[in-house]
Amino acid sequence: MHPLVRWFHRFGSPPTFYRWAGAAQPWLFAAALLLGAVGLYFGLVVAPADYLQGESVRILYIHVPSAWMSLFAYLFVAVNAFVALVWRIRISEILAMAAVPIGAMFTAVTLASGALWGRPTWGTYWQWDARLTSELVLLFLYIGILALYHAIEDRRRAARAAGLLALVGVVNLPVIHYSVRWWSTLHQGESVKLFGESSMHSSMLWPLLLMAAATHIWFFASLAGRARLALLEADSDKAWVREALKQSLPDASPPHGASA
Amino acid sequence: MTGTPVGAAAALFRRDLQLAVRRPDDALQPLLFAVIVAALFPFALGADATRLAPIAGGVAWVVALLSLLIGLDAVYRGDEEDGSLDQLLVSGQPLALLCAARMLAHWLVVGLPLVLVAPVLARLLGMPPNAWPVAIASLSLGTGVLVAIGHVCAALAVAAKRSVILVPLLVLPLAVPVLIFGAGAVQATLSGLSPTVPLLMLAAGLALAIPLAPLACAAALRLNAG
Repeated sequence: MHPLVRWFHRFGSPPTFYRWAGAAQPWLFAAALLLGAVGLYFGLVVAPADYLQGESVRILYIHVPSAWMSLFAYLFVAVNAFVALVWRIRISEILAMAAVPIGAMFTAVTLASGALWGRPTWGTYWQWDARLTSELVLLFLYIGILALYHAIEDRRRAARAAGLLALVGVVNLPVIHYSVRWWSTLHQGESVKLFGESSMHSSMLWPLLLMAAATHIWFFASLAGRARLALLEADSDKAWVREALKQSLPDASPPHGASA
Repeated sequence: MTGTPVGAAAALFRRDLQLAVRRPDDALQPLLFAVIVAALFPFALGADATRLAPIAGGVAWVVALLSLLIGLDAVYRGDEEDGSLDQLLVSGQPLALLCAARMLAHWLVVGLPLVLVAPVLARLLGMPPNAWPVAIASLSLGTGVLVAIGHVCAALAVAAKRSVILVPLLVLPLAVPVLIFGAGAVQATLSGLSPTVPLLMLAAGLALAIPLAPLACAAALRLNAG
C-alpha cells in the first residue's frame, strides 16, 4: 500500500482521529484567538476609516471573512459528503455533518453583520440584492441539511442522506447565484482578487487577511471538537471509546459520560 | 413483458396512473388548494384589478409551487411502508429509469392539471390576457423541474419519520431559481419586455433535470434502503 494511502486510512480510523483532533484542538483555538485578536486590533484601531463609509467600514473585518467561510464550509461539507458517498469513508461522514452547523453559523453572522453594515451605508438593514439573497438561500440550504440530518433516526443513513442533499445543493448553488444575479443586483463588486491587483489599500487588506486566517483556523478547531463528540456518540458501544473516556475522566461512569 | 428495463418502467408508469385514476382525490386536492389560495389574495388585498394585476404572475407561481409540494412526501413513503420500494430495489432494473417513469407519471397527475388550471388562476388574479400564454408556457416547463427536484427530496426523506414539513423545507431553497425565472417570464411580459430569456433558462433547467434528477433520486433511494 502506498504510504500516503496508509496514512490516510490510519488517520481516518476513529480512535486515531479522536486522539489527533483532541491534541490539535487547543492549539488551533489558541492560534485562531491570537490571529483574530491581532487582526481585530489592526482592523478596529489601526486601519484608517473609509473616506466614504466612515467607521462603519470596520464591520467588514467580521463580515467578509464570515462570508468567505460560509462558502468554504459548504465546499468542505460537499467534498466530504462526496468522499463519504463514493468511498464510504466514515470519518468523512462525521466531518461533513460536523461542519454543517459551523457553516450555518458563519452564514448567519454574515447576514447579521451585513445588515448592521447596510443600515448606515445603504440606509436599510435588508435589500433584496443578488449577493444578500444568495447568502440567505445558502442559509436555507444549511437549515435543510440540518433538518434532514436530524429527522432520520439511523445516524449513518442520516449522514449519507444529508450529504447527498448537500451535493444536490452544490450543483444548484451556481444556478441559484446566477439566477438571483439576473433577478437584481446592488451589492458592490469584489474588492479582493486572488489574481491581479486588489482594489483595497494594504492597511485595510492585512487585517482582513489576518481575520480570514483566524476564521479558517477557528473553523477547524470547532470542527475538531464537534467531530470528536460525534465520534464518541456514534461509537459509544466500542471499546476505544471506553478507553478514551477512562483516560480523560478516570472516575466517570461509562457509557454516557460523553460530555467530555 | 416487464423483463426489460423499459418494460419495467412502463409497468410502473401505468401503475402510478392507475392509482391516480382510482384515487382522483390525490390529483384533485392540490388543484383545489391552488384555486382557493389564489382566491384568497383578492380577499386580502382588495378586489382592485390595478393592484392585483402587477403581482398576478408572482402569486400564480407561488401558488403553483405550494400546491406541488402537497403529496410530495407521500410519493416514496407509501412504497416504503408497504414494501414495494424494496421490490423495486431488488428487481435488478435500473433504478434511475424507474424513478424517471415515476416523475413523468407524477407530472402528468399533478403538474399538467396545474398548467391546465393556470388560466383560472390568471383570471382570478386579474392577470392581463396577453401574459396568459407566457404563464402557461413557464408553468409547463417549471412544474417539470419542480417535480424532478421534489422527487429527489422525497427520496432523501424516505427514511425520516414525519416528513410532511421536512420535504417542503428541502425543496423550497432548491426551487428558488425556478420561481425566479418562472415568475420573471410573466413579469417581463407584463412590463412589455421579451420573456424569451427566462423561458429559455427554464427549458435549460428542465434539460438538466431530466437526466440528473433520476440519478440523484435513485442514489437517494439506494442509500436510504441500504
